[in-house]
Amino acid sequence: MGDILSLLWTHLDVTVAILLFGIGFTTLLLHHNLIKKIIGLNIMETATFLFLTSQGFIAGRAAPVLAEGAAAAGYVNPIPSGLVLTGIVVSVSVTAVMLALTIRLYRRYHTLDIDSMTLMMKGEDE
Amino acid sequence: MKKKIADILRQRFYGDESPLDEDMIASLGEQPQGLTRSSNEALEALEGVRELRVQRAQEQEHEMYRQIHAWSYSSGVKIIQRLYRILSAVTCFGIVMFLLWTVNTLPPFGDPGNPDNNEVAARYVELGPGETGAVNMVTGMILDYRAFDTFGEATVLFTAACSALFLLKLHDHKDGKPTKTWLEAEYDDRFHEPKNDQILQFAAKLLTPVVLLFGFYVVLNGHITPGGGFSGGAIMGAGLILYLNAYGFKKTERFFTYRTFQWVTFAALLSYAGLKSYSFYTGANHLESGVSLGVPGNILSAGFILPLNICVGLVVMCTMYVFYTLIRKGGV
Amino acid sequence: MTLLTVIVLGALLICAVATCIAKDLLVSVIIFLAYSLLMSILWILLQSPDLAITEAAVGAGVTGILFFITLKKLHAIKVKNDEEKDR
Repeated sequence: MGDILSLLWTHLDVTVAILLFGIGFTTLLLHHNLIKKIIGLNIMETATFLFLTSQGFIAGRAAPVLAEGAAAAGYVNPIPSGLVLTGIVVSVSVTAVMLALTIRLYRRYHTLDIDSMTLMMKGEDE
Repeated sequence: MKKKIADILRQRFYGDESPLDEDMIASLGEQPQGLTRSSNEALEALEGVRELRVQRAQEQEHEMYRQIHAWSYSSGVKIIQRLYRILSAVTCFGIVMFLLWTVNTLPPFGDPGNPDNNEVAARYVELGPGETGAVNMVTGMILDYRAFDTFGEATVLFTAACSALFLLKLHDHKDGKPTKTWLEAEYDDRFHEPKNDQILQFAAKLLTPVVLLFGFYVVLNGHITPGGGFSGGAIMGAGLILYLNAYGFKKTERFFTYRTFQWVTFAALLSYAGLKSYSFYTGANHLESGVSLGVPGNILSAGFILPLNICVGLVVMCTMYVFYTLIRKGGV
Repeated sequence: MTLLTVIVLGALLICAVATCIAKDLLVSVIIFLAYSLLMSILWILLQSPDLAITEAAVGAGVTGILFFITLKKLHAIKVKNDEEKDR
């Protein structure tokens, strides 16, 4: 147990990323409110980005903005940063589309609760 | 059953005036015992009883279904919901525990010898400034080596804006007249937004130029300092949104309409594709573009990275602003 | 592992939990913005300034604006109308 805890402590960024992923996933599954579900998905996304970025980090090295005369071995890995930069912008467009869908659903059913919305949809089918 | 078939056959062959004997039909029919063959009335009564029984059975069935529906709407929903909650909690807990267990197998944190710090990253950092001319290696990577990814990403933004347009755009004019929903949306917007708010307008007057200038600075210096098209474009979009919030749609429509969005996004994406088409064509290999890379660190350097950054920034700015206006009013 | 990193990570967890259990949607969105800002600080600490500036502009800026305007559109925020009172 002590071993595992010390391991989690040395990988603190990864541990927090996993916990954040769990929190976001729980919100996504358990909340009835659509806006809360979208926030939960956003938290999941940021947790994934945190995991990716922490994998590219090298202790004691600088950001990959090159200075003159510095050795090439003095910088952190730029690849995860590039990937996550793409991910952040995609996540905001996903959020915007989901909010647009939420507004359409609200215009039709006048509720944000997913359960009553489902019941109303069933009532429409019959 | 046989009687019915006989009836149908008779009608098909002879029409209504049947020469067939009633006796023949009766002999085909399943006559219960004790009935004489001339007792058509009894047969009809039997039919009536059968229909009544069928009707009653159908009613019972309907009642049963109604009860099942009522049960499923009241307590069944509750049971399913509780089951769903328990199952999802268990799933989340299981996933978190599984992921925490995999931390065991991860390489040490922040170690230079980790497998993802391989020769690709080393090559980017070593040869990047010479090949791309960019000092900021992240920008040099995403806009030169991996420019195709970034092109796809700008297209994702454009597609998301198009989806939001499909979902939220209200038809503003029909037969030359503004539609009812559009007028309602406009009234709603006027009613809810602060009009002539002195503090907001003064703050916007001071801040909007600064925010826009800073966003443009971030876009232009994308290859020298941290930043680039995405962050600078988002900052400029936020500046436009601030201006819109303070002064309303009347003022912003002077310089930003739906046509502006269309043309700016189209031109930016097209020029991006045109500038990088030589490398897309050759399979995204790094080729000499013919433009001199300049001295790394100068603003006019790094070949095509500066115009590409401006293109991406314009697309992001327009998309952010259009998301906002679509959600707020249902139009640009 | 500096002390600042640990503090920011702990604050991130607290913000995430608070976002999920907040009753009011507006409060929840505001805490989510604080979460995004903390995330951008964390990215400075992880030596990725590009990500930090993008997250501060996109995550804490534009996403928050989109959430706010959606809440307003859905009438989830109670608007105090001063003009009606004056009349």
